Amino acid sequence: MIKFQNVSKKFGTGTEALSDLNFSVEKDEFVFLVGPTGSGKTTIFRLIIGEFSPTGGSIVINDWDILKLPREKIPELRKKVGVIFQDLKLFNDRTVFENVLLPLEIDNREIEGSKKRVEEVLEEVGLTPHRDKFPVQLSGGELQRVAIARALALSPDILLADEPTGNLDPATSWDIMNRLLEINKKGTTIIMATHNFDIVKNIPKRIIALDKGHLVRDEKSGGRSKK
Amino acid sequence: MKFIKTTNQNIRRSPYQAIAAIVIMMLTFLVVSFFIFLIAGSSKIVSYFESKPQVTAFFKNEAKQSDIDALQSNLKDSGKVSNVKFVSKQDALAIYKEQNKNDPLLLDLVTADILPSSLEISTYKIGDLSAVSETLKTSPIVSEVIFQKDVVATLTAWTSALRKIGAASILILSLVSIFLIITIIGIKISQKRQDIHIMGLIGATNWYIRWPFIFEGIFYGVVGAFAGWVISSASLWAATPFLSNFLRGIPVVPVSPLFLLELLFVELIMAVILGGLAAYLAVLRYLK
Repeated sequence: MIKFQNVSKKFGTGTEALSDLNFSVEKDEFVFLVGPTGSGKTTIFRLIIGEFSPTGGSIVINDWDILKLPREKIPELRKKVGVIFQDLKLFNDRTVFENVLLPLEIDNREIEGSKKRVEEVLEEVGLTPHRDKFPVQLSGGELQRVAIARALALSPDILLADEPTGNLDPATSWDIMNRLLEINKKGTTIIMATHNFDIVKNIPKRIIALDKGHLVRDEKSGGRSKK
Repeated sequence: MKFIKTTNQNIRRSPYQAIAAIVIMMLTFLVVSFFIFLIAGSSKIVSYFESKPQVTAFFKNEAKQSDIDALQSNLKDSGKVSNVKFVSKQDALAIYKEQNKNDPLLLDLVTADILPSSLEISTYKIGDLSAVSETLKTSPIVSEVIFQKDVVATLTAWTSALRKIGAASILILSLVSIFLIITIIGIKISQKRQDIHIMGLIGATNWYIRWPFIFEGIFYGVVGAFAGWVISSASLWAATPFLSNFLRGIPVVPVSPLFLLELLFVELIMAVILGGLAAYLAVLRYLK
């Protein structure tokens, strides 16, 4: 489903964000991407959605080779890969409902079907009572759930979650985590970048650890016994 | 529909920028309308004079009626002349009295003796006016010949100058409109840069992002053009009584409603092109 082969990324400033990275993620897998700030977690996500190209190596998402993908196909790729951004990237002038509706509008879906889909997703993340609120009226956990709902609106094959529990209290973090595990159970491949070792050590899922752009650990089954 | 909704939202959220864009477009189309009225009107005036080729020959006081009659029949026989009318001294006095009926002082001073008798000659073709005029000038009984070739030439020169000034003004105002719309849409794109970036990240195509801005440019153009057309047409309507009095006998006003509707149609097409082009240039410049 996702295959990184000898991937490196060097920015114009000279910073080497990723170096000779090899890993693959299968369909339905749940993977924790861990590592300190600047280790390259977000760069991996940005490469997966084609925000920029790798300096070397190849990235294959489903059957698409990112390097060979024409620019006009990038929006199609992004509709297949839902992203929960670290800074959420919600529209503050749109309600919860409108924020979640946006990807469906962008995909030119029929309006009635789209509204129904938004209601389904809001129900799934427990936001139905907040559907007409604006982001400024919501708590941190609720905002995270809006971001999850928006990322799920187009039923993507892959979900990338960048620090979805950052800045949240433990109870809310676990709530978000459980929702992501539920989504994964329904067949969505999830890669979650996190610093939250409490969550990582308590959930027996694969861990890919990075440090300064290098892959330092790839445990097929992380969790309880591992640090 | 979605694009129009977004366009509507963009316009309502920055009404002053929208007003500025509409006002400059309105001014452009106001000038376009006025120059088209002037050009169409002056062309009609020229056509009017061209359709009435006329030479007037004034006779010397000593001219005998028999000589005048001979000259008149010579002209008729030439085949170039469509109509010849003799205006006697008495007829000339009657015309003079009619023209100055409100000024008794002028009427008192003039008698039939001091006014010349004349021949008013129309030709089939405007090109024959010169030849007829030359023939008349050589006649010993003719004191002065005037013909409207000069009037037509002057009017044609004026119309041509008017066209050039009109084209230059329209070009300058169109460029100003385009630059203003580019600036306004550029500001809006800068204000929404973050939103545009997010839309791109969640799968929006370039054209999905561009269309609302292009519709916005078209909207400014169309509303401005319509407002300009309404103001210019209303001004023309209000000026019609004055113009029909001023252009007595020349059928320029009232302007037909069909002409005004045709003008609106052409201006709306121009507005779509102008607004759409300006917005497209802004999008190319600011949305790479």
